[in-house]
Amino acid sequence: MSPTAKSNGRATTAAKPKLAIFGAASCGGCDVAIINIHEHIVDVAAAFDIVLWPTVMDGKYSDIEAMDDGEITVTLVNGSMRTDETVHLSKLLRRKSKFMVAFGSCASEGCIPGLANLSSRKEILDTAFSTTSTDNPDGIRPIWEYQAPEGVLHLPEFEPMLRTLDQVVDVDYTIPGCPPESKQIWAALQAVVAALNGTGPLPPKGSILGAGESTVCDECARKRNVKKIDRFVRIQQVAQFDPEICLLEQGLPCNGPATRDGCGALCPAVGAPCIGCYGAAEGVVDYGARLMSAYASVVEAQKPDEIDKVLDGIVDPAGQFYRFSLAGSLLRSSKAAWNTDGEK
Amino acid sequence: MSTQAPVASASAEGAAPDATFEPVIIGFTCNWCSYRAADLAGTARTKYPPNVRLIRLMCSGRLDPTFVLKAFSEGADAVLVSGCHPGECHYIEQNYKALRRFHLLQRTIEALGIEPARLQLVWASAAEGVRLANEIARVTEEVRALGPLNWPAASIVDVDGMELDAVWEATGGDAGGLPATPGGANPKHGAEAIK
Repeated sequence: MSPTAKSNGRATTAAKPKLAIFGAASCGGCDVAIINIHEHIVDVAAAFDIVLWPTVMDGKYSDIEAMDDGEITVTLVNGSMRTDETVHLSKLLRRKSKFMVAFGSCASEGCIPGLANLSSRKEILDTAFSTTSTDNPDGIRPIWEYQAPEGVLHLPEFEPMLRTLDQVVDVDYTIPGCPPESKQIWAALQAVVAALNGTGPLPPKGSILGAGESTVCDECARKRNVKKIDRFVRIQQVAQFDPEICLLEQGLPCNGPATRDGCGALCPAVGAPCIGCYGAAEGVVDYGARLMSAYASVVEAQKPDEIDKVLDGIVDPAGQFYRFSLAGSLLRSSKAAWNTDGEK
Repeated sequence: MSTQAPVASASAEGAAPDATFEPVIIGFTCNWCSYRAADLAGTARTKYPPNVRLIRLMCSGRLDPTFVLKAFSEGADAVLVSGCHPGECHYIEQNYKALRRFHLLQRTIEALGIEPARLQLVWASAAEGVRLANEIARVTEEVRALGPLNWPAASIVDVDGMELDAVWEATGGDAGGLPATPGGANPKHGAEAIK
């Protein structure tokens, strides 16, 4: 019986499979998305003994350390690998878990925090602690180790580069999305429970759970014609887009062609372009490369200067093509990330 | 402090240019023109630097941007894309797609801190063996001047048996800059790689 089960006074939890939900460098949105399965959360609590979920309930890392290897059945890790603490805890949870799930965009491909890999560690710390909007007259900076009278104190150290979960530990399954859609989370959890009960097949290792196998375009209700793009625009530059026709055809850079389906194409349905939060579509090695290929194929220009004029409409190529996937991309970072300008 | 990725070669970052550095260049060629141009250069005993490793595609339009990024992430110092002259594509207009992908890729790699000159486009018909050889020589010298790329991405994963900290140290780490000697982070660099 786990210590948590003891503290809850539940006598019947010993036979239940154990579930851990761990947030590494995350915004909390993934936890909210899990809570958003509403009353089904009671079913989750009935099916699992939840041994760790720092956002929602008390739980001690020392309890996890005391467990046998593989004692936890399923661990969902959301958030990215930003500090040595998150790396350490992910490795610990990997050891203690049968199935490790990269939950959400951060854990699976770096997500928005991964864009920090466009800057050096020094630049990131400068922005956080020394810009005019920061009230820090003494120029205080975090130190990773401090000698207090009572002993040495440690702060989680900022890693030189942000990594995805599968760049740190072996991952069994991935649930994409920023955050994953709640109905998809529930479907994935049901599949896991069915597999544990022996009433459903165990998905093969490496499977993407809670998502489709095609692209957002496939789920999108907008009408598609032959694409010929002679200009790219930003959404604020056009007063009204046609509500029926494909946004990409109207010159709005939409990431649908490279993005995995499963979200229900919610953004294009309300006139906002897909920004790619569900990650790379099935079979895509590098998300940005697939999107670049798609865009370049439909640009209506043949002379180099004309091509440049159209492409000038994509003002931030790194952000456009790697908004969610930079840390998980083939190049994984920018040159700046591995050059800290002499910072110690 | 610039918030943009610094676009600078190893030599510009303080490391001394290394005379023994032999760049590794991956060249994607089209079956109908530039690959035959390379063949013609060989038949005519026209010499070009051995730094380029040519890979034949059926058309430059087959060039998936993934190929270029994979080459950079696995140790190439530059990528050369070569196809039929505009208007002469065997598949009518696919080389225009290659041209547009090239323009888009150059913008993206620049945003990530890779010098745009590390990705080059050369049109060469099947009759232009000498021209292709000269262009390969020009690209090789340009990349030699830029220095090694030493992109650490391929070895940053723990699974490869190399911890991030090791890569961090090998690429200069907190001291900044890139290793002064080839082979610091990527053993494929240096004269041995060419033998």
